[in-house]
Amino acid sequence: MSMINYASREINCKLVYYGPGLGGKTTNLEHIYGKVSPNTRGKMISLATETERTLFFDFLPVDLGTIRGFKTRFHLYTVPGQVYYNASRKLILKGVDGIVFVADSQIERMEANVESMQNLYDNMAEYGYDLTKIPFAIQYNKRDLPNAAPIKDLQASLNPGWPIEEAARQKPTPDPAHPGESLVDKVDGEWVGHAPYHEAVAVRGDGVFDTLKAVSKLVLKTLS
Amino acid sequence: MAGAASWSFNESDFKQIQTHLQAFLRDSNARCALLVDRNGQLVATVGETPQFDPTAFASLTAADFSANDQLAKMIGEAEFASLVHQGERESMYLADVAKRVILVVLFDQRATLGLVKLKAKGVVGELNKVFAEMFNRVGTGQAQQKGLLEGAEDEIDKLFG
Repeated sequence: MSMINYASREINCKLVYYGPGLGGKTTNLEHIYGKVSPNTRGKMISLATETERTLFFDFLPVDLGTIRGFKTRFHLYTVPGQVYYNASRKLILKGVDGIVFVADSQIERMEANVESMQNLYDNMAEYGYDLTKIPFAIQYNKRDLPNAAPIKDLQASLNPGWPIEEAARQKPTPDPAHPGESLVDKVDGEWVGHAPYHEAVAVRGDGVFDTLKAVSKLVLKTLS
Repeated sequence: MAGAASWSFNESDFKQIQTHLQAFLRDSNARCALLVDRNGQLVATVGETPQFDPTAFASLTAADFSANDQLAKMIGEAEFASLVHQGERESMYLADVAKRVILVVLFDQRATLGLVKLKAKGVVGELNKVFAEMFNRVGTGQAQQKGLLEGAEDEIDKLFG
């Protein structure tokens, strides 16, 4: 639910980083906080437990630039990944404009990824939002670890594709981030869409801004 | 956008909101009034300029209100339409406006909670009317937003390099 303030000439959008516990959602925000100039970001707020696990959310506002004289301000939130914090997690999704799903690439975390993705679909559906129709990107994090699953397997489990019904979107759409792959394609006579994905090592900052830029761009394009 | 209704307000809405809030601050002796949308975005600030980061404050306010909303439901209440956080010197009063926005009033010893509550009831009524009108215009509002960045694809692409 983007909010446009004509008085202060600001476009405010809400992005939520979702995903299983210890997957790197907070690390994404910490990297952004560390890299973005203090003039263009606000204070980072973390509601965490004593052991630094996210209890309610992390919050970071960043200005990404000016378009048509409007300052584009993105409010980045993370949710607590642990399964039993679902009530808090759901609250953060309210009014979301774009979602980044931070998946943990480790083979051992595959089940946790799938469970969290299902939880995201369910929570979104309860608000009446359709995940396949809002700006959404997947980040496969921890690509540097030796036990990281192949991208092909992660894609098959977490981003297998959904039917594209709107005629306007039924056209082959190449994935700009991965030459040779497509975001929308015809499979067995049906149009199938996938969420754009990015590989990342969030602790080193690899892929963090690629993901943020991709999803922010999708959000702004919904206003154009 | 699927599922999420966006909204916008113009200069004249903003002026009306400011006028109501200024009168409220005068009558209640409170220091500052903020309007925060339920998603955590700051809509307006009237009165003394807060010494804290207003963006962070707004996101925490929305989270506070949402969490309390859920607590209300758990104990069988439809909602807590208002909340009070009382400190030794500084206190806050929060009230729902039109189910979409939260009025946050900051006050110190110069004001009393009773007076703030009483006067807030009046201003919430006025703000409810202003917001109801704004949301009724939602058709035009959305059309305005749709057009806002229309044709700006190049600029968007440039922004992200």
